[in-house]
Amino acid sequence: MTIPLQHALYLSALLFCIGVVGVFLRRNVITVFMCIELMLNAVNLAFVSFSRALGSLDGQVLVFFVMTVAAAEAAVGLAIVIALQRHKDSLDLDAFNIMKW
Amino acid sequence: MASIDRLLQFVVSEVFLFYVFALAAVASALGVILQRNPIHSAFSLIVTLCSLSAIYGLLGSPFIAVLQIIVYAGAIMVLFLFVLMLLNVRREEPSGGRAAGAAAIVLALVLAAQLCTALAGAGTAPAAGFDASTPSFARVLFGARFVYVFEATSILIVAALVGAVLVAKKEL
Repeated sequence: MTIPLQHALYLSALLFCIGVVGVFLRRNVITVFMCIELMLNAVNLAFVSFSRALGSLDGQVLVFFVMTVAAAEAAVGLAIVIALQRHKDSLDLDAFNIMKW
Repeated sequence: MASIDRLLQFVVSEVFLFYVFALAAVASALGVILQRNPIHSAFSLIVTLCSLSAIYGLLGSPFIAVLQIIVYAGAIMVLFLFVLMLLNVRREEPSGGRAAGAAAIVLALVLAAQLCTALAGAGTAPAAGFDASTPSFARVLFGARFVYVFEATSILIVAALVGAVLVAKKEL
């Protein structure tokens, strides 16, 4: 008996939706950031389960690239968070409206 | 006696472990979005990432499982915690809009329903004789199709590093 592909995909969809709710509900920049990481991980899980179901390693190579991009994104994003904190003295997303008009 | 044997066999089977780690992943993911203190959210996210690493191992991709621990739970989450402690983050005040929260949950439920109906058709059995060991992974990664993408990611990392230093520096 092996793990059903369907259940791994449902888990992936569930984690993605939890990440979406977090992005909608939370106002702290860093928490929103963590929810984005959660969504990236949900997609990675779908890649890995499809890779096993199709018997191809391409999905796992894509997971490798997603992890690289996530690392780069985290470095740049957290640098932006530090710069925002220095300018506004706040991490509340509602405080950052300088691009609005 | 036979039923106890079968129960024991089920408890150590990969299917049972998959459900255990899936439950841990979902519970800690809910912890990420429900906790007010961002540091607690970060620790919940580390639990999610470690459970996902175990699931990758159970799905037969040991290299991705190890990478998940080293890169995500190790490097990225340490960076998150480092910034959280550097900035001395306060607890988030409860957000004002109750209607906005309800709308967010309804939208997410719609998205979940759509995803589940889309995924319901994807019912393939695992391919037989699937070799996901690290050497075969490396042969694909450094093969003709992906080697230039791999080189491009090194440029991406350098650009991200320079950009991060540039953005976070007080004055140039």
